[in-house]
Amino acid sequence: MEVIGKSVIRKDALDKVTGRAKYTHDFQSIPMLSGKMVISPYGHAKIVSIDTTDAWEIPGVRAILAGEHFPLTGEAIRDRPPLAVDKVRYHGEAVALVVADTPRIAKKAADLIRIQYELLPVVNSPTQAFQKDATLVHEHLGEYKKEEDSTPVPNSNIANHIKIRKGNMDQGWAKSTTVVEASFSFSPSDHVAMEPRCARAEIKHDGNIIIMTSSQAPFMVKRLIADYFGEEIGKIVVHTPYVGGGYGGKAPVQLEILAYLASKAVGGKPVEILNTREEDLISSPCHIGLDATVRLGADQNGKFHAAEISYWWDGGAYSDKAIDVTRSGAADCTGPYQIEHVWCDSYCMYTNHTYASPYRGFSHSELSFVIERTIDMLAQKLNIDPLEIRDINAIRPGNRTPTRVLLNRSNVGNLPKCIERVKELIRWDKGAILEVNPRFVRVKGVSTSWKTSTIDTDAPSGAILTFNRDGSINLMSGVIEIGTGTKTILAQILAERLKIDLDKIHVKMEVDTQTTPEHWKTVASRGTFMAGRAVLKAADDVIKQLKNIAAIVLRAPVEDLEVADSRVFLRDEPYTGVPFTDICYGYKYPNGESIGGQIIGRGNYILRNLTHMDQETGAGKPGPEWSVAAYAVEVEFDRRDYTYQILQACSVVDLGKVLNEKTALGQVMGAMNMGLAFAGRETFFYDELGRVMNPQLRTYRPLRYGEHPKYLVGFVETPQLDGPYGARGVGELGLMGMPGALGNALSLAAGVNLNNLPLTPELIWKAKGGSQ
Amino acid sequence: MLPFDFEYYRPQSLQEAVDLFQSLQRQGKQSMIFSGGTELLTLGRIDLAFTEAVIDIKDIPECNSLQVNEQRLLLGSALSLTKIEEANVFPLLTKISSGIADHTAREKITLGGNICARIFYREIVLPFLLADSQVLLSGPLGERIVSIHDVFQEELRVEPGEMLIQLAMESKYIRAPFYAFKRRQQWETGYPLITIAALKIDQRIRIAISGLCPFPFRSQEIEASINHKGRTIEARIDGALAVLPQPILADVEGSAEYRLFVLHNLLFDVLAALDQVQG
Amino acid sequence: MTGQTKGRGTLKSFTISLTINGEEKMVPVMASDTLLFVIRHHLGLTGAKPSCLNGDCGACTVHIDGRPMKSCLMLAVEAAGKKVTTIEGLQGTPIQQAFIEKFAFQCGYCTPGFIMNCQALVEKHPDADDQTIKEWLSSNICRCTSYAEIEEAVKSVLKKK
Repeated sequence: MEVIGKSVIRKDALDKVTGRAKYTHDFQSIPMLSGKMVISPYGHAKIVSIDTTDAWEIPGVRAILAGEHFPLTGEAIRDRPPLAVDKVRYHGEAVALVVADTPRIAKKAADLIRIQYELLPVVNSPTQAFQKDATLVHEHLGEYKKEEDSTPVPNSNIANHIKIRKGNMDQGWAKSTTVVEASFSFSPSDHVAMEPRCARAEIKHDGNIIIMTSSQAPFMVKRLIADYFGEEIGKIVVHTPYVGGGYGGKAPVQLEILAYLASKAVGGKPVEILNTREEDLISSPCHIGLDATVRLGADQNGKFHAAEISYWWDGGAYSDKAIDVTRSGAADCTGPYQIEHVWCDSYCMYTNHTYASPYRGFSHSELSFVIERTIDMLAQKLNIDPLEIRDINAIRPGNRTPTRVLLNRSNVGNLPKCIERVKELIRWDKGAILEVNPRFVRVKGVSTSWKTSTIDTDAPSGAILTFNRDGSINLMSGVIEIGTGTKTILAQILAERLKIDLDKIHVKMEVDTQTTPEHWKTVASRGTFMAGRAVLKAADDVIKQLKNIAAIVLRAPVEDLEVADSRVFLRDEPYTGVPFTDICYGYKYPNGESIGGQIIGRGNYILRNLTHMDQETGAGKPGPEWSVAAYAVEVEFDRRDYTYQILQACSVVDLGKVLNEKTALGQVMGAMNMGLAFAGRETFFYDELGRVMNPQLRTYRPLRYGEHPKYLVGFVETPQLDGPYGARGVGELGLMGMPGALGNALSLAAGVNLNNLPLTPELIWKAKGGSQ
Repeated sequence: MLPFDFEYYRPQSLQEAVDLFQSLQRQGKQSMIFSGGTELLTLGRIDLAFTEAVIDIKDIPECNSLQVNEQRLLLGSALSLTKIEEANVFPLLTKISSGIADHTAREKITLGGNICARIFYREIVLPFLLADSQVLLSGPLGERIVSIHDVFQEELRVEPGEMLIQLAMESKYIRAPFYAFKRRQQWETGYPLITIAALKIDQRIRIAISGLCPFPFRSQEIEASINHKGRTIEARIDGALAVLPQPILADVEGSAEYRLFVLHNLLFDVLAALDQVQG
Repeated sequence: MTGQTKGRGTLKSFTISLTINGEEKMVPVMASDTLLFVIRHHLGLTGAKPSCLNGDCGACTVHIDGRPMKSCLMLAVEAAGKKVTTIEGLQGTPIQQAFIEKFAFQCGYCTPGFIMNCQALVEKHPDADDQTIKEWLSSNICRCTSYAEIEEAVKSVLKKK
């Protein structure tokens, strides 16, 4: 291996440290109109009237969209009007849209739109939504157009219900000598990508629709706008430059729709909508919340036999991607453990909260907290070491997942090995509790997680390679450079396969859906896997074409040729060969005759053998492979104040194969940082009207420099045989076990079960009975 | 981006500023004194602040004074918090200042701006309350020097057109033993759950608090109880908790009950730090 | 400066002189324009990023006379006559190189602001201790990295001094 595994400098590095990297809002063009949303100040209210008279008085206002019935949108269920009509269903929902000459004029006019509301009862949690006679968020749920595998229940707040029925519960409980049962709850929170979402649209005179958007899914933008509004898909071109972070939050299609409608309203002129931070937090989709109950049974040796799990996901006001999160959460409902008898109901609930989108881990960090806390409670009851009980039950080749997929040495990582490494890194042998003094105690907590990516069964990825006259290669993939460094890794994969210098590969960072081959969405840690496979195929295509011409030039059979160092040569006589420069645009004989032609490599990949899950039992193959990881967190806890510091956080991830070590470390550590913030601090606070009380970064607080712990990261390499060079996804795993490990450490430290997030000192104080 | 325009003035002298204010008033224009301006920019953009004219006082020499000598410490209201921290003339003030917002923001936030802030924590005032500071105000009726206790009750209460120019205190306070702590909802970022500042002078502990109520305060009643010799520490703290101003805040940072729990422990820490020291 | 004397224009709009990355420019601004808006939209320098526009995140950090400043918290008129440095004015500095080598960026959106803050720190406190580094760098939010990479980058530059 020449390039694979090395921490090569990222291809986007220089752009990004010099301020030259351009993001959607950095492309300034004149004229560009500005769109400004008017958002709902309430969680649930009837729209009595909208008066735009005063707003129209402002010079420079070009259009005001409000009260109009546009086609309903939504990925799995068409339940979402682009602009609220008749009623608002969440605080932050767009009700009107002003299009004006400048952002300031748009804002001024938006402030002058008078909307009268009549408050409606608020559905403020999924548990509340699930009650009989709960207020309905959608009165006409049964009438919406939907995808076949979504199962909304009319006259309820259930948008989707996924069932897992594996084994026989009676048998499972019969074998269980010890059973624990617990309930869990946490509110929605947010991704907080540093780049607020931004979209612009223009409709040209020839009908071409040009969109630029900070999106993880430009190809989805194209498809959905064509679908929703009956546009010709080939006329829609979506550009996505660098994206300033997404973590799942930029996978849904939202502002693009508004920008398109805005442009349409002003005769196709270009319109840009840039979220304010407040809008980005509460108007655009957020990180899902969850209420859950778990019953887990084991025998006296700690072997799990039965699990009964209920998840009520807080999908918010519109179902969109929460439908899929609900399904994904069911598919991997038990965490990475072998349990013979599993019963799970996973409900996507409508509430009057901001609607949910994917969030790094796609249901797995959330369910991991629930499962890992339950396991610690069980371990405590059985008096078994928390890591040992995880090792005993760790999922292994030969086991079956909750959806009954048979696991083998390739399609699941090595969890026992991850657990073993965590043990060493966190010095588990020194004990979980270290008394510093009567007031302070240092405590370790552990967890594990797993994940399969339940993406569309026919999701595609493609790659195109073209040559420059100097023999260097242009690599085009539909993967978005969103921070993960995937495009650099694709270049490494290509360099390795072609055996050429990495500097000879030019990566196109921007995606435009007209000339870049499709990559379904840059989500679910599928970039390296799927696009990597497509690149390998494209590389093989190029090698074949190069050899075909070289065979003629060198008068040798193709089988005798090798490709390396930007030339094709005879295997047994390496000095006899022809450089890429002589053949990549055709070979020209001395007399001028030419053969061959421009070499264009193409490659594609589609996941194979995925199936839908059975509606009654959940049986099916929802994803290609299961990545696994084990974790530990060490805190110093103040028994007097219930405050704590996170001293160390540890993740050991089986990533199949390390392709770029520092990039992989960065992915894992960055995800851990995000997971600790989610676990310890981040949440939306709602009042009784369903309003988010902390919609700014001074009240909604990601982790800051200096609040970060020492990171301990280990890698296990169990190759996934069909992954590029054996690689598995890595972008999400670092996050997923943090809430569970932190929750376990603090529960042990405080001597009380902490089953809510975020784990603030006040939460611990309350659990300790502080308010009495 | 602010959704409104305004006139901008940058007077070079106190007199010019006062005249400007009066002239704008005569024209019926709403005006605002501006030194760091962070609140106008952050609240203005979400429609919580508005002005038709801005009087930026940062070029006025008196507002930029920073003097310390044997007798007194004098600070101009337009000094940025980082300038005050870098001078580090009053360690308690440095400590309180360095807990506000973040370092870069404090390049812009000024002493006067924080004291006059609408966001009610106004933590920078705590050391000045403890040090019985003098306040120099300038307005249409001329200048006046008053005790901070006369003009700062929950917030700075001055006559229309009056500007906060300087604050001063006797030097003995800057050397006094002190204790200060900012407890937040979680870790080290964010508004205070409670910020406590305490100082011992003439054998008495003085205490000022932000974040407990929707205003910062110093309370004679609390100090009386805390300094009640001959009673147990617990009794002194309980006594203090019984005479707190109202209301106790209950918001996203924390419930009222939890704030009282936090305050209890902070008062304990204050006593642990200062009860036995000479001051 | 007052509207009448040092600037040119009406009371609400001015033509101000800014020394931007070493070049003196006359820039027409509204009094209510933030410095961030002006450097991006009038000067075309898009390295400073809008993210919270509220002084909370640091993505728009620039230097004013060598000190870090959140350009969303400053009116452009306040910067009249001052030396403004943006990320575009920083070329080939050790801190930029360190960010590359230590993988101290991912999506890159917070990076210009973070680097400007780091550079100001390195210039002002070449021997900064952990406490000072933390005090300064906690002014910026990075959502992708773990901060450990940024810590490594800034310390590698401080050590060289």
